[in-house]
Amino acid sequence: MLALVAPSVLFIALFFVAPLGLFLYRSIDNFEVPGWLPRTTDALSAWSGEGLPDEAAFRAVAEDLAALNGTTALPLLGRRLNHNIPGFRGLITGTGSRVDPARPGRMREQLLALDARWGEPVYWQTIRRERHRLTAFYLLTALDLRYAPGGGIELASGESAIFLGLLGRTLGISLVVTVLCVLLGFPLAVTMAGASPARANLLLVLVLIPFWTSLLVRSTAWVILLQNQGVVNQLLIGLGLTTRPIPLIFNRVGLYIAMVHVLLPFMVLPLYSVLKSIPPELMRAAASLGAAPGTAFLRVYVPQALPGMVAGASLVFVLALGYYVTPALVGGPGDQMIGYFIAYFTNTAVNWGMASALGTLLLLVVALIYLALGRVVGLDRLAVR
Amino acid sequence: MALPPHATPLERVSHVGVRALSVIVLGYLVLPIVIVLPLSFTSGELLVYPLPAWSLRWYREFVTGATWTHATWNSLVLAVVTTAVATTLGMLAAFGLQGLRTRLKPALYGLLALPLIIPLVMVAVALFYYYARLGLVGTFTGLVMAHTVLALPFVVITIAATLQGFDGNLPRAAASLGASPLQTFRLVTLPLILPGVLSGAVFAFVTSFDELLVILFVGSPEQRTLPRQIWSGVSETMSPAVVAAAVVLIAVSLLLMAVVELLRRRGERLRGVTRP
Repeated sequence: MLALVAPSVLFIALFFVAPLGLFLYRSIDNFEVPGWLPRTTDALSAWSGEGLPDEAAFRAVAEDLAALNGTTALPLLGRRLNHNIPGFRGLITGTGSRVDPARPGRMREQLLALDARWGEPVYWQTIRRERHRLTAFYLLTALDLRYAPGGGIELASGESAIFLGLLGRTLGISLVVTVLCVLLGFPLAVTMAGASPARANLLLVLVLIPFWTSLLVRSTAWVILLQNQGVVNQLLIGLGLTTRPIPLIFNRVGLYIAMVHVLLPFMVLPLYSVLKSIPPELMRAAASLGAAPGTAFLRVYVPQALPGMVAGASLVFVLALGYYVTPALVGGPGDQMIGYFIAYFTNTAVNWGMASALGTLLLLVVALIYLALGRVVGLDRLAVR
Repeated sequence: MALPPHATPLERVSHVGVRALSVIVLGYLVLPIVIVLPLSFTSGELLVYPLPAWSLRWYREFVTGATWTHATWNSLVLAVVTTAVATTLGMLAAFGLQGLRTRLKPALYGLLALPLIIPLVMVAVALFYYYARLGLVGTFTGLVMAHTVLALPFVVITIAATLQGFDGNLPRAAASLGASPLQTFRLVTLPLILPGVLSGAVFAFVTSFDELLVILFVGSPEQRTLPRQIWSGVSETMSPAVVAAAVVLIAVSLLLMAVVELLRRRGERLRGVTRP
C-alpha cells in the first residue's frame, strides 16, 4: 500500500517541500560573503572592529576582489552587500575591476586611492559581521531591526523601517475582511440553513457560482465595476446620490469590497454545513422552557454555530493574509500586502534574502493560526482554496 | 429557522431583517459577475453601460486573434497534461492511503494536502527559486510539475472521500462469485469509484486552467495562458476582449463544476448514501 502512496509523496517532496525548504533557508543563507571573500573574512575575524583593519586585511580584500574580476560573482557579491549598505555595490565592482594586488607597495594606499570609502570603518565592519555562513540580517530587516553601529541590535528608523507597518497592514486588512465576512456570511448561512431543501439548494448554487469563478476573473470584474466610469459610479450618479464619481478603486474601500466578495463563500460554506446540523427543536425547546428569543438565540443557537464560525473565519483570515492578485489589481500603492512585497523582492529588487525573510514571516503567522485553531477547524475543512 | 406561529413582533422583525440582509448579500455575491459579463457583447471599445449595440466582435477577436487562440491552446494543453499526471498520482495515493492502517496515514494525508494551506504566492516564488537552479524556468515540464503540486491535493482528497464510502465487501463478494481480479476491478470497483476519480480529474483541470501566479513566476514570456493574458490585459489595455476571455474561463469552470456536482450525486446514489 505504501508503494502506491510513494510516487505522490516523492513528488510532493521534490516539487513542493524541497523548493519551499530551500526558499525559506535563503532567508538565513549567506554563502556570498564567506564564499567569495575567503581571505578577507579570515583576516577580519582577527580584527577587533575598531578603527580600520591592518594591511593584511587590505591585501586580502584586494586579492579576493581581483580573483573575482571578470566572473559573475563580482556583481552578485556587490548586490549582496548593497542590501546592507546602499552604494556598496559600486565599491565592490569598481575596486574589483581596477585593483592590482601584484603592484608593489602597500595595498592600503592603493585601495584608498581607488575608492576613499575603504577608509570608512563601516564597510569593513559590515564585511566582518557578515563573515559567517549564516546571517540574521534579512530576518532582522523584516522585523525593522538592524545591527547597531556599536554592536547589538536596535530598531531601524527612516526609509528602511517599513516592514512592521507592512505586517500590521496585512494583518489589519485580513482582520477587517474576516469581520466583514462574518457579519455578511452569518445571516446568509442562517437563511440557507432554515430554507426548504429546494430553496436551500438554489441558494447554495448562488454561493457556489462565485466560489467556482476564478479569483482573477472576479477581481477583474471589480476593476471594471469600480472604476470612475464604471457601473457602480454610473448607478450612484444616476440615482442622484453623487454628482461626481466617487473614487472606489485603487484604495482601501475598493480592496475591501473585492476581497470580501472573493472570500465570502469560504465563510458561508463551512458555516452553512454546521448550521444545517443544528436541530431546530432545540430553539423551540429553549422557548418552551421560557427563554426569551434573544436569550435562546445567544445561549442555544450561537454556541452551536461557533465551530462553523471559527472554521470559516480562520479560513478567510489565513487566505486573506497571502493574497496577491486582488490587492495588486484593485488596491492602491498603500494597500499592498505582504504577498506583493514577496513578489516585488523576487522580480523587481532581485533580493532573494528579503523575499524569503518576508515569506518566512508570512508562513510563521499562518502556521501559528493553524496550530491555534487546527483542532477546532481540521485540515480537511481547510482543503479548499 | 422557520418562524413559529407564536413569534413575537421582535422575532418577526429580526426574521425579516435576516432575510433582507441575505438577499442583499446574495446580490453582492452574484451581481458583479452577472453585470460584467454582458459587457463583452458590446460593439464599442468601452466597458460601460448602456452598450452602443450588441455585437460579437470581441468574441470574434477572441476566436481569431493570435494572442487569444495561442493562450487558449496553451491553457488547454497544460491543463490536460496536468490532469493526467495529477489524477494518476492522486488515484494511486488515495488507494494506498485507504489501505494503510498505521499512524503514518494521517501524516501522509497531511503532507499531500500541504500545498493547499501555503499561500500561493509563496509556492510560486519558491518554485521559481528552485527552478532557476534546475534550469526548469520557462519549460513546459516545469509548469506541469508546478500545476500538479497545486492539483494533487484536490485529487487525493476527492478520491479518498469517495473511497471512504466504498464497501470493501463488494469486491470480495464479486471474487467469491468467481470474478477474476481484473473483472472485479472493471465491473465492480471502477464503476463505484469512477465518479470520484472523474471529480478529482475535473478539480485538477480547473486548478490548472484558472491558475495565474505560478505561470507569472515560472513561465517564460512565450508561455502565455488565458489567465496570464487576462492579467496583462487588465493591467494594460482593458479591452472588452478581456471580458470575453473571462466569460470563456467562467463558462469552462462552471460547466466542469456542474459535472462534478452531478457526479457527486450519482456517486452517493450508487453507494446508497441517502442525504437530504
